[in-house]
Amino acid sequence: MRHLFFCLLFFFVLSCVDKRKEPVASSNGEVGQTVAKSHEIDFPIYDFEGLTPLLHQTDGKTYIINFWATWCKPCVEELPYFEKVYAEQKDNDVEVILVSLDMPSMWKSRLEPFVAEKGLKSRVVILDDPKQNEWIPKIDENWGGGIPATLIYNTKKRSFFEQGFTYEELKKELHKFL
Amino acid sequence: MTMKTLKTLGILTLVFFLGAFSKTVNLTDAGYDIGDIAADFSLKNIDGTMVSLADFGNAKGFLVIFTCNTCPYAVAYEDRIIALDAKYKPLGVPVIAINPNNPAVKPGDSYAEMKVRAQEKGFTFPYVFDEGQTVYPQYGATRTPHVFLLEKTDEGNKVVYIGAIDDNYQDAALVEEKYVENAVDAMLAESEIEVKTTRAIGCSIKV
Repeated sequence: MRHLFFCLLFFFVLSCVDKRKEPVASSNGEVGQTVAKSHEIDFPIYDFEGLTPLLHQTDGKTYIINFWATWCKPCVEELPYFEKVYAEQKDNDVEVILVSLDMPSMWKSRLEPFVAEKGLKSRVVILDDPKQNEWIPKIDENWGGGIPATLIYNTKKRSFFEQGFTYEELKKELHKFL
Repeated sequence: MTMKTLKTLGILTLVFFLGAFSKTVNLTDAGYDIGDIAADFSLKNIDGTMVSLADFGNAKGFLVIFTCNTCPYAVAYEDRIIALDAKYKPLGVPVIAINPNNPAVKPGDSYAEMKVRAQEKGFTFPYVFDEGQTVYPQYGATRTPHVFLLEKTDEGNKVVYIGAIDDNYQDAALVEEKYVENAVDAMLAESEIEVKTTRAIGCSIKV
């Protein structure tokens, strides 16, 4: 009987965890509506409109937004530097958001196993919006569309980089914001 | 402050403003802009022959497409590139596909692998290798796939469109705007190309 209770409790908790993935809201309650097909995937899935609030947070923190994909070799190579900077700076009001541009067919087969295998600690979200010509210039006027690309911003300053980073370079750019 | 420093300051300010204005029209920092004349090249095709734009005496223009074997976006567009060639080669605007990647960095994009991929997909157009990665920087290609539509004019091959093939890489059936087809159609009709540059996510060129 006791086991049954724990089993039920376990499934109850699981179902709660699952709910978390639908509308993603932060403490200020306005962050991002995910698009419908998100319920089977470990990460929130946004179209550009849904992602936009994450690019304009005004909570005083500094945000590092990295655009990447599992199939992008230079992106994968620089991920450890973002993880390292996040580990070092998270108590210093720095957030890292890894925006995956993996294609829908890769979410289950590649993205989920990749994130699990690498044990990524930074927040991972998916941007699924084929209207790239519309949203790319809204992220940065000079972005041609190549990845890796990274946006660093806080309420005072905003910089965009269509390039890969070394750990030293990333740290140096971040320090201009702190 | 001497007259000389004032003068220098003035010139610096002028240069700064000129720089600021030219920046706004220049999407790619290096390489071609709309209206520039593209240089010809001589690159090795998968059949071993050398290919130049000058070889196509009857062409009215060219769809120069930087693409490769390994980038998922490039792969997603392969069938549409074949379709572009089928539609526009008879109208005098053939596709010339150029692989700009350095196989030392991306072994899947070697010359040998290019032959394999072209065979598998039945490419109907030249698929040439930018050996030494010298042509793509002249064009200012930054990613694959990256299209440059050239119009053959008396001055040379003029760049008239730069960007993506269409507005939906995921699903050809959901495409709303066929950027390249619209541009080629307008060029052939001698009317104004409405959308001259577009952007898309692609794989950065590996050098």
